Amino acid sequence: MNFASFFTRRLLHSILVLVGLSILIFIIARILPGDPARLALGPFASKRQVEHLRHQMGMDQPLHLQYVSYVRGIFHGDLGLSFQTRRSVSLDIAHYLPATIELVMMAIVWVLVIGVPFGVLAGRYKDSWLDNMSRVVAFIGVAVPPFVVGLMGQLIFSYGLGILPTAGRLSLLTPAPPTWTGFLIVDSLIAGNFTALGDALEHILLPSFAIAMTGIGQITRLTRGSVSDILGKDYIEAARAFGIPNRYVTFKYMLKPSFIAPLTILGLTFASELGNAFLVETVFGWPGMAKYGIRAILRKDFNAIMGVVLIIGVAFVVVNLIVDVLAGYVDPRIRIREEE
Amino acid sequence: MEADQRALSSVGLEITITRWIAFKDRVGRGWYRFRRNPISLAGGSMVLLVILLAILAPYVTPYPRHAGPFTDFSSIFQAPSRSHWFGTDEVGRDVFTRVIFGYRVSLMMAIVVLGISVPFGVFLGLVAGYFGGWIETVIMRMTDIFLALPPLVMALAICSAFTPTIEKAMLAVACIWWTWHCRLIAGITRSLKTEEFVQASQTIGSSHIRILFKDILPNCASAMMVKITLDAGFVILVGAGLSFLGLGVQPPKPGLGTMISYGAAHLPMKWWLTVFPSLAIFFLILGFNLLGDGLRDMLDVEAEGI
Amino acid sequence: MLEIRDLCVYFRGYEGVSRVLDAVSLNVGRGERVGLAGETGCGKTVTMKTVMGLLKTPPAIIPHGEVILDGQNILEMSAKHLLQIKGMKISMIFQDPMNALNPVFTIGGQLYDVIRFAQSRSGNGRKRARTEIHARAIAALEEVRLPDPERILNSYPLELSGGMRQRVLIAMALVNRPSFLIADEPQTALDVTIGAQILGLLSELVRTKGISVLLITHNLGVIQETTERIYIMYAGQIAETMPTALLFDNPKHPYSQGLLASVPRLTGGEIAEGIRGTVPDYIAAPSGCRFHPRCDYVMPICSQKKPPPFMVELDHYVGCWLYGEDGG
Repeated sequence: MNFASFFTRRLLHSILVLVGLSILIFIIARILPGDPARLALGPFASKRQVEHLRHQMGMDQPLHLQYVSYVRGIFHGDLGLSFQTRRSVSLDIAHYLPATIELVMMAIVWVLVIGVPFGVLAGRYKDSWLDNMSRVVAFIGVAVPPFVVGLMGQLIFSYGLGILPTAGRLSLLTPAPPTWTGFLIVDSLIAGNFTALGDALEHILLPSFAIAMTGIGQITRLTRGSVSDILGKDYIEAARAFGIPNRYVTFKYMLKPSFIAPLTILGLTFASELGNAFLVETVFGWPGMAKYGIRAILRKDFNAIMGVVLIIGVAFVVVNLIVDVLAGYVDPRIRIREEE
Repeated sequence: MEADQRALSSVGLEITITRWIAFKDRVGRGWYRFRRNPISLAGGSMVLLVILLAILAPYVTPYPRHAGPFTDFSSIFQAPSRSHWFGTDEVGRDVFTRVIFGYRVSLMMAIVVLGISVPFGVFLGLVAGYFGGWIETVIMRMTDIFLALPPLVMALAICSAFTPTIEKAMLAVACIWWTWHCRLIAGITRSLKTEEFVQASQTIGSSHIRILFKDILPNCASAMMVKITLDAGFVILVGAGLSFLGLGVQPPKPGLGTMISYGAAHLPMKWWLTVFPSLAIFFLILGFNLLGDGLRDMLDVEAEGI
Repeated sequence: MLEIRDLCVYFRGYEGVSRVLDAVSLNVGRGERVGLAGETGCGKTVTMKTVMGLLKTPPAIIPHGEVILDGQNILEMSAKHLLQIKGMKISMIFQDPMNALNPVFTIGGQLYDVIRFAQSRSGNGRKRARTEIHARAIAALEEVRLPDPERILNSYPLELSGGMRQRVLIAMALVNRPSFLIADEPQTALDVTIGAQILGLLSELVRTKGISVLLITHNLGVIQETTERIYIMYAGQIAETMPTALLFDNPKHPYSQGLLASVPRLTGGEIAEGIRGTVPDYIAAPSGCRFHPRCDYVMPICSQKKPPPFMVELDHYVGCWLYGEDGG
């Protein structure tokens, strides 16, 4: 039950993976056909200006030295300068990141609030109409592209029914609350600005749901399977045989083991949500990091690309670590097997 | 010595025949279950329908020339009508035709990506699971790196290095996809490695290659079939996403994601530009998912990671 | 203590009604140790579940029969009443200790729960303090000869060996002092030596506490060592019942004889014979005596009517027409 070593080993592993990732993306980004400096300055800039920019960006150094200086920069919180905007990438990302985080968090809330109870009920009342409906929902969730969900949502709710906004985080006319965290919902609550809160919620509803669809499908299906699996286990019957009341058995003895499987998939769900964010932010014009990343990719702004990739990689690693630790906490078998 | 060799080879032949009969029996029973399972039937027919439409595209579509560079500015933005079932787009092309041709691109994407990534991933998975040790560690770490980002993001990052075309997009996705298969096969191989029949093969001195292909690989077949089917849907989804973002199919080629992206700008007035390609791609992905799920039930696959 | 009278249990499934138990009757006296033997699939588990009240009655139907425990019919009890007796009057030991313990909770957690819910149901009113529950748990573990009970309480099932887990299960079954115990193949999932130890422990415990036991198994050797009287079951019908001592000497039912003939002997030179034919399908079960398709002594009446138990000698009844009006 050595939690510390379990955790440390995972952490080291994750760091290794991040390093590998950074090298990979670095190599890809630096092997661009076409000269990013030229791209940034345009076809009318002089050769000397292009050379100057290249020198400024350190591109005349050999590849591994560039990497080393880049990594050194990371430890200072410096992710380089964007080729396009000439601003610090770290500042740019810090500016756009909260919007994306808020969106993805909201999506996770959807997944947990809809997917888990639905899955539990479906597994408990297997083959009922509820169960069949859950399977339909699961299939649709996994099969429909998130940008389609977003667009259809816009079509129906924004253009059709007019009850939800089409784009952005806040209506133009609504005064934004002062920025404490960058999370509009939190900031509005802090400022007591309930109009802004309501407006922000309206705006986040559709996009977060679009992101969450895949996750809802996955979690519902997995939870359902897990619950129905656990209910057939001997230890549930044994608990009942020893006189433990049914409700207690359901809530304690069944739920805890049932949550193990969905928990392990939570990391993957988060990954899919991050990916979906790229699509959904585009549909809804959401001023988040994903949109920033897309622009960077289309313009081959590789410092920005690097920055976005690293942030996502780190986020993913952190979430996976949390999920692994949680899983190890809930399921002692994982902890014990780790030691063997 | 020669007699022994002849004896061994006749035994080998017997084993092969027995295996073939067993295989046919399994397939026969599996087909029976497949027929009875509504999910796999639904999925199978959906996929089959799309494949047929795609192959016969020039013959079943009313305006096959609209699939290429074609403009007819006198009939732009026409709502769905009897002559244009799905309406026309911003340069006057028939949307229905382009959707069917777009299916071609989607299916091609699945074929190319899986065609490259599956053999590669399976091979590496077999090697990793079987030989273990540092080989396994290295290979697994590599998969970890490629899986460190969500697949779409990783594909985007790789695509960023090149000019956006559909071929580069396919390659980018293939670069990522092998990791899933590698992991799956490695897991199965690792657990099979300790089974007795593998050890038996080892004791009679079969070469490693032989063991891998004769003993281990066939046991991965069911898991692989399910995974490939489900993957097809997923690959198409990622491809559509890439096209939607502008990194996949480039106009004037017809691609479902691209069409949706262009159509989005014209919401809600010209809704048919987005709705029909959206339904089309949903149909295809759903079909693969249902089929894969049905296959999973049918083949009773429980391997991890499917 | 326990009396089962003419119990019929059917299951409704896709393909039809599965008539698993056909008028099963057996009884266990106070303090008696009775065995229920039969091959896998003969209905032992269903019988056991019915007695424990663990049958799910939507798929299962009980058209006929009574299960009387200490004077009360289990089949007619309300759920609340059933809950009161579970674990306290009647308890059970499961076959596979690994599967019978919840892997994500500590032994202590599960044992405390069993203790805690028992006394809250017995209407004691006051809740026992944690220390008392803890003390009782330790005592229960010591009773089953587990060393270092404190450590075990804090362990997870995965950390214990098979034998230890089974001991824990026995402790859980006995902690609330039931008067009747059903043991479902308690030694099958364990190594032979460990299994023997467990059986020895079990025998000793039930003897000292005067618990009535119904031991369910397919292993005739185990039955012979641990029971006083046995029932032999085939395809949902009781074939024969006799004092255990007579089992190897004097089996009368053709099925029992076949069973014994199939047990390989260490001393003999003959190869053990099986019984020809296969276990029947419960949806289209053979009429009358269900063994008749496989019986070497079959007579016309065997397929027409189910034989009632005929007394052959004291406490020895056989459900076979050979010993009825015709044979002797």
